[in-house]
Amino acid sequence: MSTRVLVPSGVLGLGFDSDALRRGIAWRPDIICIDGGSTDSGPHYLGSGTSKYSRDATRAEWAALLAARAEAGVPLVLGSAGTSGTDATVEWMFAITDEIAREKGWRLRVATLSSSQPAARVAAAIGRGRVAPLAPRIGPDLSAADLHACANIVALAGAEQIGAAIRTGADVVIAGRTTDTALISALPIMNGDDAGAAWHGAKIAECGALCSTRPLSGVVGVVFDEHACTVEAFAEGARCTPETVAAHMLYENSDPFVLHEPGGHLDASRAHYEAADNRRVRITGSQWVAARSYRVKLEGARLAGYQTTILALVRSERYVRNIRTWLARLESFVKREIASRTGLVEGPDGYGIEFRAIGVDAALGLLETKPSNPSEVGVLVIVTAKSQARATDIARLVNPFLLHFPLTEDEELPTFAFPYSPAETERGPLYEFCLNHVMEIDDPMDAFGLEVRDVGDGQTR
Amino acid sequence: MARLGDLVRGIRSKNAGPFMITVDVFCATGESFDRVRAALSAAGIARVFGIDPASVSMFEIPGALALKFSFPRPAIQGSRHDRDMHGAQLALLLEEADFPGLEET
Repeated sequence: MSTRVLVPSGVLGLGFDSDALRRGIAWRPDIICIDGGSTDSGPHYLGSGTSKYSRDATRAEWAALLAARAEAGVPLVLGSAGTSGTDATVEWMFAITDEIAREKGWRLRVATLSSSQPAARVAAAIGRGRVAPLAPRIGPDLSAADLHACANIVALAGAEQIGAAIRTGADVVIAGRTTDTALISALPIMNGDDAGAAWHGAKIAECGALCSTRPLSGVVGVVFDEHACTVEAFAEGARCTPETVAAHMLYENSDPFVLHEPGGHLDASRAHYEAADNRRVRITGSQWVAARSYRVKLEGARLAGYQTTILALVRSERYVRNIRTWLARLESFVKREIASRTGLVEGPDGYGIEFRAIGVDAALGLLETKPSNPSEVGVLVIVTAKSQARATDIARLVNPFLLHFPLTEDEELPTFAFPYSPAETERGPLYEFCLNHVMEIDDPMDAFGLEVRDVGDGQTR
Repeated sequence: MARLGDLVRGIRSKNAGPFMITVDVFCATGESFDRVRAALSAAGIARVFGIDPASVSMFEIPGALALKFSFPRPAIQGSRHDRDMHGAQLALLLEEADFPGLEET
């Protein structure tokens, strides 16, 4: 049988074209799937278990998708809820869903999928030789202590766990961390459509309309069948062409032909993209290669200290011209001052300090090749220490020197511009990604939890 | 001097997870694809990004007129020494780079 999957956008919170969504609903999808997260915004969201996107923006978009779901009469599936897909952000989305359901007078059956991993479960798997590092290796062999040091660990769910959530018959699925593709491939695979086409079509549609000529419009649809998949975009004038679709297979994927998923991999090396008409593309020839064991990828973030930043603006022409010399002198002077006044030395047990010259090489550092001739330079100092209080105290120690440090010893002290008072800004905890591993499990549901709850107090679904 | 960016349709760099960077070079025509493919190599890319050539994987995707290079992130995403959370500025170095052989034909 064929399966029609509607993808409103690459991620919940980024917005979509509402006319395109209307056309997508009229296309009569069997399911509506949207991704809610990624690691792409950095380790903070996994470490803290919070969402990157605004609650109001998320709520408004989710309300529009819940209404679209009611109109279409099909399940709505959200993956990687609340950016990181931890239990905390799954519950955050569940609470938002409950609020909307009450407001609209709906009564909805919601399945939540938990992807959070207790450290003890992963530690036990290490003990049984069931955790393996991926390339590139990011440290020595993983220990139970490393796992207990994580603020949060999640495993990425695949098509099996999403399939189990859909099979509960829920109106809405709110899943924890999930591969972007598994959300979309789950129903076609359950329906017996071609698995290679299911995963390949899912990869193409995972970022919404990025695979089309109108990347910002969001809404795309994929029809999956026994042999192939066909992808189209729904915004006015948006077209999917063999070129735009083939190009998306490269997106944020280190290998353009292979996509690793729980339980196997997609081999797209012999895939063929052809124009079904002037706005739809049919993909054939993709292969799903099942693995001998079922392995899920792990993500973890641990606390790496606390940060305080301080920013000064240097506008003086002479200082700007000599900014590298001045910064090098300031940096060594400041480090000596910190050592003599606090006894702390740079390093994991002491503190860390970065000087970034905005307007010179802040984005690229030593790789920067372009000579710059800016009118002003922003000097951003980032202090990292074991406690927030310590980081802020070091930043306060740096403060007067950043403001007044002279280029040479025998000149009047300059005063640069601080844009606000206090000049120091506490950034809070710094998290770092600390797992690049896979964990083998016997049954796909072994490391995941499924719960079905009703929300809202109305009569209609 | 021919900058690579002037000879191709587009270059982008992105994270491929927190530990890898992937750089995509899209050409406008088959002829340009052949010329760029001949001029670029893992070693040339490694020089631009200051990394070990052995750590660079190179892929050719003729169907998309694209070349792809993937390598471990110089600093793990979001770690203290990372300067660019999304790794997207690295593409600019490649846009501005000149490669021997690019100007011929």
